[in-house]
Amino acid sequence: MSAPATSGRSFAVFYSILFFAFLFGPLLIMTVTAFNSSSFPRVTPWECFTTEWFSVLINNDRLMQGLVTSIFIGIGVVAISVPVGLAGALALSEINPALRSALYTVLITPVLIPGVVLGISTIVFWGNLGRSLGGGAQDLFFNGIFLTIVGQVTFISAYAMLIFSARLQRFDPTLTEAALDLGATPGQAFRRILLPFLRPAIGSAAFLTLLASFENYNTTVFTILADNTFTTALASKIRYGTDPSLSALAVIIIAVTLIGAITHEAYTRRREAILGGAAARSALYTNPLGRIVTHPATIFALLVVLAGFAVWKGSQHEAAECKMQIMDEKRANQERLLEEQRLRMQQQPQNAPQAPAQPGTPPAGTNPSPFGGAFGNVAPGASAPAPATPAPPATTNPSPFGGAFGNVAPGATPAPAAPQPPPQPPADANPSPFGGAFKNIAPAP
Amino acid sequence: MSTRDVTLDHVSIRFGQHTAVNNALLNIAGGEFFSFLGPSGCGKTTLLRCISGFIEPTEGRVLIGGKDMKRVGPNKRPTALIFQNLALFPLMSVADNIAFPLEVRGVGRKERRKRADELLDLIALPGVGDKKVYELSGGQRQRVAIARALAVEPDILLLDEPLSALDLKLRQHMRTELRAIQQRVGLTFIYITHDQGEALTMSDRVAVMNAGVIEQIDDPLTIYEKPRTPFVASFVGETNSIPGKVVSQSGFDVSLDTALGRLVGRSAGGRQFASGQDVVLFVRPEQLMLDPGGKIAATVVKEEFEGSQRHLFLEAGNAALRVSRVGGGAELMAPGLAVKLNFDPGRSSVMPAAGA
Repeated sequence: MSAPATSGRSFAVFYSILFFAFLFGPLLIMTVTAFNSSSFPRVTPWECFTTEWFSVLINNDRLMQGLVTSIFIGIGVVAISVPVGLAGALALSEINPALRSALYTVLITPVLIPGVVLGISTIVFWGNLGRSLGGGAQDLFFNGIFLTIVGQVTFISAYAMLIFSARLQRFDPTLTEAALDLGATPGQAFRRILLPFLRPAIGSAAFLTLLASFENYNTTVFTILADNTFTTALASKIRYGTDPSLSALAVIIIAVTLIGAITHEAYTRRREAILGGAAARSALYTNPLGRIVTHPATIFALLVVLAGFAVWKGSQHEAAECKMQIMDEKRANQERLLEEQRLRMQQQPQNAPQAPAQPGTPPAGTNPSPFGGAFGNVAPGASAPAPATPAPPATTNPSPFGGAFGNVAPGATPAPAAPQPPPQPPADANPSPFGGAFKNIAPAP
Repeated sequence: MSTRDVTLDHVSIRFGQHTAVNNALLNIAGGEFFSFLGPSGCGKTTLLRCISGFIEPTEGRVLIGGKDMKRVGPNKRPTALIFQNLALFPLMSVADNIAFPLEVRGVGRKERRKRADELLDLIALPGVGDKKVYELSGGQRQRVAIARALAVEPDILLLDEPLSALDLKLRQHMRTELRAIQQRVGLTFIYITHDQGEALTMSDRVAVMNAGVIEQIDDPLTIYEKPRTPFVASFVGETNSIPGKVVSQSGFDVSLDTALGRLVGRSAGGRQFASGQDVVLFVRPEQLMLDPGGKIAATVVKEEFEGSQRHLFLEAGNAALRVSRVGGGAELMAPGLAVKLNFDPGRSSVMPAAGA
């Protein structure tokens, strides 16, 4: 009995570790990269601990402007979606059961329609409406923020409706009847009985709709027109090449989420303890100091202070010295490489006179490729570039791959002088878009 | 006519094809404790909701204090309804619950609190005003619901099986309590129940309902002793029903042939029967007596002891009979014992058989 139980348990542990690694691994790595001074988000090689990426992020006007726009749109969407969703949910609960499923389908359809379709149809609809009303491009109907709000409301209000429906199912309609019977008008019954009951749902609906609006891309990318929300600005930034300031953004989002989650957890636990009567028995809650310490507001304030301290500490951090050191190391490395190359070039005329003249270009440092020397420099053969081979040096290669593949080619490292004439003309003359990349990995003769 | 009178003038309520209430006609006097008694689904709750204004009658009129209540909403009627689940507002304190009717009428906070405390005194629950509803016991909630309904200062209090969720002891206690409150405030109470014990102990008059029809309206004693219809006879209390054919009738006394021999019973409601007509004779178990000189021969099947009472199950002419006797004393009777039974014809009722 015990053997399978143990192996089952170790499997469960192993699986859990894998599962959590899968869940949190990317977040951990991203967090680490936010503090590495390397201009490409990576963990190794670790260069310097830095907080500069946060200031790079803050100083990105496009992103910050997008953030303001996103918040504005988010508030607009919440303000419209929550009442519309509530109205929909109320209609669903009050309507004749025969019509209920039909109404439900109508209300839920926007969630099922792809966001792209909603985005396009929003601009087409409002554009046509605007034109038919004789409005110009300055009109509301051609304003990206307005279009994004109405476009997002079409489906986000359905989310709000689902939340309200779930809550309304637990509402006892006799409470409203009782209020009416006791002399309340329908409006009074709604405000005093139903609305307080729905308050938690209003909170969740507002939160969820705000998040849904904030993170929406599919619809927004169409309806925002010339403007930018945070999400669309982020997406275009990634398209044009990334740097660790996005990791810094992830760190901020993770921190905000953690603070929110911990505070919420404290709130729920406290509420359960009080409602369940455990609070009266617990030593922690009966002690006035303990009650203050475990209060969600205290915990929230504590976390905010902690985060604020981290920000202050980070802003004091000066990575310039370390970065200077790294820069010096790099420069030294580069100079050494140049030196080696010069040496080899001096030897070349004797060893391989038939080789074409090599242009004395520096190694990967001047590579115009967007990948830079990222891959090249970590390749094992990188310390000894291959100018001695008949193939031309990869550095002058016009290919977008740069010297990336060439330098890792196995034959590139020792670079013995080839006794035979080069099998191919020099790659400089190669019209192929791949440049000399593949030729260089041809097996050494 | 007092403002606390309720008159149902040929009220019928239909939902599509289904008739929930059929031609209800009655007058409830001001200050009366009136009960509707019937099995679930008999239309009594529908009738109550009609009086409180949640349902409009399909036909007929509801008059309260002589005024037609047509198109008068529940919040405008001088009625207060106590719901089966009480419908106390869970998010409010006890005092806020009780003062809710005053709040919606724009009474100030101080005045509301004062009134709520007075009502809490009336229901003998002083000092619980600041508690939450879920902190109260079932019986306390019950009384809070009554206090809240009384805060409306209604003329008529409607109660929809408010005791059904309580346990037996509390239920019996609340019966006396309700009756005492009713006599103190002097309002008309209209009480809905399927529990005959509640209806019989508390009410001035009881209307027994079945399938949307009011079968009999009488004081509790008459309902029990002189049922008019087979339904009332079998629904209210235990009874032995003995089918037979009429032989002759002289005055109220009907002589009939049954599987137990020729018996004599009292005609219910003074009906005249044709000889040969199919009828049923109803005798309460406590009216059947063991009597060596009795005309009915029966065999004991078993006897059960239930404290204050004992129940004797008998077999006579392929029919099952039941006799109730005072609990203590003699040994239980052994199965198979042959006994003779008798009853007073004046305490029995003869009615037409169902469908006849």
